[in-house]
Amino acid sequence: MSDVVEKTLTALPGLFDSQTGAAKITNRLRQLVKSITELTSKHEEENLIKQELCAMKEQVSSPNTSMKQMREIMVRAMYCEMLGYDASFTYIHAIKLAQQGGVLEKRVGYLAVSLFLNEGHELLLLLVNTVLKDLQSTNLIEACMALTVVAQVFPKDMIPAVLPLVEDKLSHPKEIIRRKAVLALYKFYLIAPNQVQHIHGKFRKALSDRDPGVMASSLHIYLQLIRESPDSYKDLTGSFVTILKQVLGGKLPVDFNYHSVPAPWLQIQLLRILSLLGKEDQSTSELMYEVLDESLRRAEMNHNITYAILYECVKAVYTIHPKVELLEKAARCIGNFVLSPKINLKYLGLKALTYVVQHDAKLALQHQMTIIECLDHSDFTIKRETLELLFRITNAQNVTVIVEKMLDFLRGCNDEHTIIHLVGKVSELAEKFAPDNSWFIQTMNCVFSIGGDLLQQDVPNNFLRLLAEGSESKEEDDQLRLYAVESYLTVLKGHTSHLPQCFLQVMSWVLGEYAHLQGSVDRREVIRLLTQLLDQRSVSSETRVWILSALTKIPEGQTDLILDLAERLASSQDTVLRQQAQELQHLSQDSQLHEWVLPRGAPWDAIEVDSSLSFLDGFVSEALAAGAAPYKPPHQRQEELCEDRALNLEPYSFSLPVSLSSCSITDRQSPTLLSVSSGLSGNSTELSQKAGSSTLILEGVKRVWGKDGYLPQKEATAPLVDEPSAAVQPPVQQEAAERTEPRPELSTRNQDKQQLASSLFVGLGVGSSVSLLGKSEAPPPRFRKKPRPHESSSSSGTSEKSSDSSCRSSHNTTDSFLYGSFLEEEPATSKSAFDHTPKSTTANGLSQNKDTKEDKHTNTSQIFGGDMVIVRPSTIQDKHPPSESSDLTALLPADLKDLPHSDVISLTSDPSLSLSSCRLFRDEALLLLIFISNCTETVIKDIAVQLTCEELKTASLRGNIVDCLEARSTSVCHYALLMDDPHTNVSFTGTVSYQTQPGHTNTLPFSGTLSTADFIRPLVLTTEEYGKLWLSLSHDVKQNLKLLTDAGDPLRTTLNALKDALQLHVVDIIGSEGIVACRLLSSAPCLLHCRVSGAALVMWLRSPHPALPDCILYHCQRALAHR
Amino acid sequence: MIKAILIFNNHGKPRLIRFYQYFAEDMQQQIIRETFHLVSKRDDNVCNFLEGGSLIGGSDYKLIYRHYATLYFVFCVDSSESELGILDLIQVFVETLDKCFENVCELDLIFHMDKVHYILQEVVMGGMVLETNMNEIVAQVELQNRMEKSEGGLSGAPARAVSAVKNMNLPEIPRNINIGDINIKVPSLSPF
Repeated sequence: MSDVVEKTLTALPGLFDSQTGAAKITNRLRQLVKSITELTSKHEEENLIKQELCAMKEQVSSPNTSMKQMREIMVRAMYCEMLGYDASFTYIHAIKLAQQGGVLEKRVGYLAVSLFLNEGHELLLLLVNTVLKDLQSTNLIEACMALTVVAQVFPKDMIPAVLPLVEDKLSHPKEIIRRKAVLALYKFYLIAPNQVQHIHGKFRKALSDRDPGVMASSLHIYLQLIRESPDSYKDLTGSFVTILKQVLGGKLPVDFNYHSVPAPWLQIQLLRILSLLGKEDQSTSELMYEVLDESLRRAEMNHNITYAILYECVKAVYTIHPKVELLEKAARCIGNFVLSPKINLKYLGLKALTYVVQHDAKLALQHQMTIIECLDHSDFTIKRETLELLFRITNAQNVTVIVEKMLDFLRGCNDEHTIIHLVGKVSELAEKFAPDNSWFIQTMNCVFSIGGDLLQQDVPNNFLRLLAEGSESKEEDDQLRLYAVESYLTVLKGHTSHLPQCFLQVMSWVLGEYAHLQGSVDRREVIRLLTQLLDQRSVSSETRVWILSALTKIPEGQTDLILDLAERLASSQDTVLRQQAQELQHLSQDSQLHEWVLPRGAPWDAIEVDSSLSFLDGFVSEALAAGAAPYKPPHQRQEELCEDRALNLEPYSFSLPVSLSSCSITDRQSPTLLSVSSGLSGNSTELSQKAGSSTLILEGVKRVWGKDGYLPQKEATAPLVDEPSAAVQPPVQQEAAERTEPRPELSTRNQDKQQLASSLFVGLGVGSSVSLLGKSEAPPPRFRKKPRPHESSSSSGTSEKSSDSSCRSSHNTTDSFLYGSFLEEEPATSKSAFDHTPKSTTANGLSQNKDTKEDKHTNTSQIFGGDMVIVRPSTIQDKHPPSESSDLTALLPADLKDLPHSDVISLTSDPSLSLSSCRLFRDEALLLLIFISNCTETVIKDIAVQLTCEELKTASLRGNIVDCLEARSTSVCHYALLMDDPHTNVSFTGTVSYQTQPGHTNTLPFSGTLSTADFIRPLVLTTEEYGKLWLSLSHDVKQNLKLLTDAGDPLRTTLNALKDALQLHVVDIIGSEGIVACRLLSSAPCLLHCRVSGAALVMWLRSPHPALPDCILYHCQRALAHR
Repeated sequence: MIKAILIFNNHGKPRLIRFYQYFAEDMQQQIIRETFHLVSKRDDNVCNFLEGGSLIGGSDYKLIYRHYATLYFVFCVDSSESELGILDLIQVFVETLDKCFENVCELDLIFHMDKVHYILQEVVMGGMVLETNMNEIVAQVELQNRMEKSEGGLSGAPARAVSAVKNMNLPEIPRNINIGDINIKVPSLSPF
């Protein structure tokens, strides 16, 4: 700085002092930026920033640093963090700035906090008080800043602290505050829906706010709420339609116009909401036809944003209940999009088409030439979207062309994510529509070599499952397998070093299993090829294991080669390989043993796996007798290790349904308790004895190979409906080809494209066998895809389940526990699960049940003891006097009569069947009984029930397959449901398929919801045990609840109300405090501590499970609200 | 929901980074790099939408971007946002910047990073679109600026101080750091 200026400045201290300061400050940031831009290498930048950070560190810790300098330092810290350098030492100063400074400091401080700290950061706790203070501030800007930071970084457990204040802001006179408060509440709803459920009424008020801006923000919330449960908000349809009408009619202030379109973003939101509301609902849809029509008309094509509205509008028209007139207009709009020269609109056009072809395949036909042009477009995004569209219109006739296009694209693509996504689609299409064996195998070869090790594990698994299970005809299967073997031998003879591991594993498995089908090739050749692979360095050790197991299966007579190999591997570094080599050696020397362990060509369902390892029981008891320590499952060992090592700060996880307090808190080393637990977690004794199949079965040995190796199990399911009907297909195919091919008006243009078009769009013509995904008229898949394990669990019995679980031991425990406990008390069922004998309750059983009804009630109360009230049966039956449904409760199997149960609710019905369900509350699971009633006068055959629920573990116990159901009779189907992670509400869906006439299969979908309350069980504890447990639990939630004051003792009344609704166990009530305990089925406990404080009940919940308190709180609130 | 807003220049240098969903520090840098890599290799005549890479959440996520002179504005959003709507929101944001900074250029974004954040806070709050009306946004920002000016009376106005010093024509203040063509040209109509 020049001397003159310097002097001038110093001469005017009061006025200019800070100016030079400011100049210096800005200067420093400028200097930093300037020097960074002058640098040439990353390394130099790193050094410079490090220096800078050091200087900053010094500055912040110096007491002389002014607030203003601090502000500037914060900005520099933000700059460094943006570049990816750690400036964590400034975090605490950011918080300080927000706490102590004036408005300007606060602004920087809050900004820095929201940039630096994430939701889980511990320093956030220091901010709570500041935020509370600022929320109450009369300064508009401070309140705004506080709301912003709350919406940006506040975690779930800090919400209760600020919630009341944010709620108050909803009635703030300033609209900007109201608007921000609405958005903050929306954010809260996203993180912790249970905590804001009591203010849903206020959301409605926000929707009808006099300021359109506040209303617009509340649409965020409604879009989300309606997406979650459209049925609850149907009554608002009228309001949304009116709002949209007003917006379209230009009733909003001109301020809201954007390029002379009235509030376009608001329109987009409203259209989305309407489409969600009108989906599959004719009467609601009818309310909105007019406004949608108006919207389509108003959106004149002049600006980008009108296209955005139009696109939403088109989507809405196709989502809601269809109206021909609107559909025609919407289709025209899509045309405009697709044909637009603007690339963004073309993209949206393709997206719209992809969506629309599900409803109307003809539309794709109209735009076929454009689609083909897009296929060769230079834009990657457009190409991908086109392939997505093609995927949707694939059928048996165009599959080869489409798959080829996809593979072409994949070969030129190097984006990992795209590859995974698309390869999955290719394999799906190949499985569904493959025209012949060779094509299928070749395509899958491409899939494996392109997808490589990026592939999700279920692609190879499904493929192998398909090969192994085959279809009905053995000949066809063998042909397919043979082709696979041949093609793999060819592949292996070529260069193999570049092949992905996953492909090698598939090949070696197939060769191991099916090489014997190939008569012409020398076994030695196969062995040689596989051994060659073993020698390659690029082959991973997991793949080696696969190859070795394949080799184990092949030999018969080639002992010399095998022994050579085994000897070579016997000195391998890898223990697994060494073990396998040993096995190989032994098996190849003893052909009898080999035959027995690896029976060739044995049907898959004949293999029984004793996953409980009961054949080792003798050995175990001997070892125990000799003083060996009993087996502890890994999780228990882990736990004890932690316990030994240091103070255990984690809460114990309660895996044992046995009185957990005694087990986990008192003597953990007691051998008896331990053996109980090991018995529960997948081990054996009772299970195998009860199941009655404890012969010495060694097939388990086979599962050694591959840690996630494929375990084929043929299901015993009766033939399903989707059999390939090859005889029917050809005529349809021809017909379709005739219909689509002659298109003279287009044929003049581009021959190539024309040809491509006809091959791509074949089969999409009017009335031809359109094969859209999910449509029922889709041609039967060529390869029948068996249900995956989790789906099939409902239809197949223990054998498959246990074999599955044996390879995933973590899963194993709960599954086998589930089955174990049910088999235990129901020996007969295990059999019916295997062979699906129908177990329909007959009239006989009905009368018998009625007889025992009397003492059943006394039984229940005995079982539950005086302290516990059996809520469901009594209350619900009182409320619902005997009706048709109570007849059904009489159908409850005698052994389940004693359980508390809900009333019977009707699920669905059609002219021939009606379904209703009843929930039975067992200690360790929820039993869902589905009553299938035949309403006709004829026999209904082949009834099969499928039940799925994503959030729960489901297992079919019996009765899900019924061969025939007599006229006017009812059959009962049992499901056991387990909830591992609490969800406030879960819904299940399912289908029943049945035949009224032979060959004519009907399906009846049904669905229902369950609440966590169904899975809550009382937990009986003493007050001391409660105290101990309380201290050991970590996750806690506190909230105020309504106190029921209508009776003499409010606390007792409220707790009883909760107990009635939620099967809680009231441990003790002392003065104005009460302690209550419950648990989620037989696992995680939840302790509730209630204290009366004024007119509210302060509820404090603790549980080892983070989400459980929230769920329980939610149900408590509901229970009290509905009183 | 908007998951992230990234602004970087033609060389991939970040100019403004705002995540609305938590990612670890190094993950953020990786996302910036990958996004730059994805976006920068696209011509100007292709569409403005991209499927999010594997890093930022897979096929449910979209990158919607605009390219102005030296800067890329990238919004990463999930499927609940309208593509064209976001595209115009970027336009609104840039026009607002232009209004607040008077002919905004890359330099403004560098030296007034905090201000840009304040403006952005009025447009997007916690991942939700708060305001799309440019005049309203500018009004809010100006309200804050007024407070800034009034805070310390004459002595405390850094903005004025800067301009005062600028006007003194001191040689040390770099008036123009040459880092290429820095003016963002804001087309008033849609630049398709």
